[in-house]
Amino acid sequence: MILDIGFETMPREDLEAIILRRLKATLERIYANVPFYRKQFEENNITPDDIQSLEDLKRIPFTTKEDLRDNYPFGMFSVPMNNVVRIHASSGTTGQPTVVGYTARDVSTWADLMARSLAAGGATREDIIHNAYGYGLFTGGLGIHYGAEKLGASVIPVSGGNTKRQIVIMKDFGPTILTATPSYALHLSEIADDMGVSFENLKFKYGIFGAEPWSENMREDIEQKLQLTAVDIYGLSEVIGPGVAIECYEAKKGLHIFEDHFIPEIIDPPTGDVLPYGETGELVFTTITKEAFPVIRYRTRDITSLNPEPCKCGRTHVRMNRVSGRTDDMLIIRGVNVFPSQIESVLMEMDDVEPHYQLVVDREDKLDTLTVKVEVGERIFSDEVKHLQDLERKIAKNIKDYLGVSAKVLLAEPKSIARSEGKAVRVIDNRKI
Amino acid sequence: MRAEQISVFLENKAGRLAEVTAILAEANVNIRALALADTSDFGVLRLIVNDNATAVAALKNQGFTVGKTDVVAVEVEDKPGGLHRILDILHQAGINVEYMYAFVTQSGNNAIMIFRFESIDEAVKLLEANNVKVINGSEVYTL
Repeated sequence: MILDIGFETMPREDLEAIILRRLKATLERIYANVPFYRKQFEENNITPDDIQSLEDLKRIPFTTKEDLRDNYPFGMFSVPMNNVVRIHASSGTTGQPTVVGYTARDVSTWADLMARSLAAGGATREDIIHNAYGYGLFTGGLGIHYGAEKLGASVIPVSGGNTKRQIVIMKDFGPTILTATPSYALHLSEIADDMGVSFENLKFKYGIFGAEPWSENMREDIEQKLQLTAVDIYGLSEVIGPGVAIECYEAKKGLHIFEDHFIPEIIDPPTGDVLPYGETGELVFTTITKEAFPVIRYRTRDITSLNPEPCKCGRTHVRMNRVSGRTDDMLIIRGVNVFPSQIESVLMEMDDVEPHYQLVVDREDKLDTLTVKVEVGERIFSDEVKHLQDLERKIAKNIKDYLGVSAKVLLAEPKSIARSEGKAVRVIDNRKI
Repeated sequence: MRAEQISVFLENKAGRLAEVTAILAEANVNIRALALADTSDFGVLRLIVNDNATAVAALKNQGFTVGKTDVVAVEVEDKPGGLHRILDILHQAGINVEYMYAFVTQSGNNAIMIFRFESIDEAVKLLEANNVKVINGSEVYTL
């Protein structure tokens, strides 16, 4: 269902006029209110007046995660603190956390966009939403929550963890929509299995999964195991949280970016050149309606491409393809770029191989080695060692054929690879560089 | 004439085998025969036990990957050439032995070997035609 017909299906020409108007207003505000941006403009000898078309956007320098960290905690805020009603922060697993703020209007904008997203993913006000995204500083839980309420659906704020209780709630409350990270969705299906609960007897119709990269094969796996239609949602706290882009259940082919609020660009990571539609590179966002924490040309580190083709759902907003990796997840192994998601695709294309894997990178005698640990489930287990060794060889060969990198494949016992309740640990890099 | 063997996937880690035997002991399952095939990274433990259902449930419950395979228990004369005679019959008929291992107890004066064949029916027919005693599955678990 399209919640906001006016904006979501607006003809491109009208949409672009609104985008430009909103961009200019945002630039005026940040130039006046955020010392970091003012300095960026001054160092490049530009003022907001120099940006007269969407083409001109590329004259403005990028904003990076490091810039946000340098201004920790509130240095990038564009309004006085007494106008900020909410603060979220990224987990900070790779350094200092990133802090973001919201005015009352920002919270309302975000809820609107999340309501649009849930509707695009199949939810209506009749639905019960089982929200297994974590509540707290992470934007996932509260983002979905406010959107669900705005939509008028019934939301169960179950948050992450305590999986057995979640299965009981699913049985007893009969939720029809599941929102979770894709790895947690699979974890739920495993635990349900262990408890003898079949998703066929639950009421789920749609699942809205995001907050970590996943693959088309993983979608098929989730849809089959959880008996629902799975769509991809995208967002990051620096931009607003979940609800930046959503796949429509009609097409399930790329995520519509809400362009009336966010301008996407794809750039070549090393040079920063803007790439045309269809080419793969790093996704960059400029927010054009946010008040407390606007970002200008923020480098997300997510790797994807943009698709301007009209969509059968009727939305006119450009689609981003599934995020295929992150510039900082990218492993360079003996000169070859390797994304964990590529390994996942290789595994999922092999019948019966479970998508539970971990990449371990070591450096032995100045040579990088890649070990891929794959869990042995019942479907691939054999009482004959030679069959298991054949399987190891076949996986290694497929990785070599597909990625051009040699890997040692190590079969592992089920659940021996760390399965976090939120994001899966896919890479262990032991190299001391 | 088939016996059911259970097999367990094990990583090559210290103490892993002891964990399996502990689980089976806890579940009051008696191990009748056992063989471990391993590589440098992993092993496959094959077991004949007195209570398959209980053993499988207990192991799965502890997160092990467990498989079931049909094998054949064969009486082997406990004297020089006893095993050779059987292998020769199989070899002459072109039947391949995937793997085999010995049973702990004897059947009368004879030893018992567990055979894993690709073509199990053919193998059983051949052995019986040559007067080799194949032991019933139900008997194997309680010998």
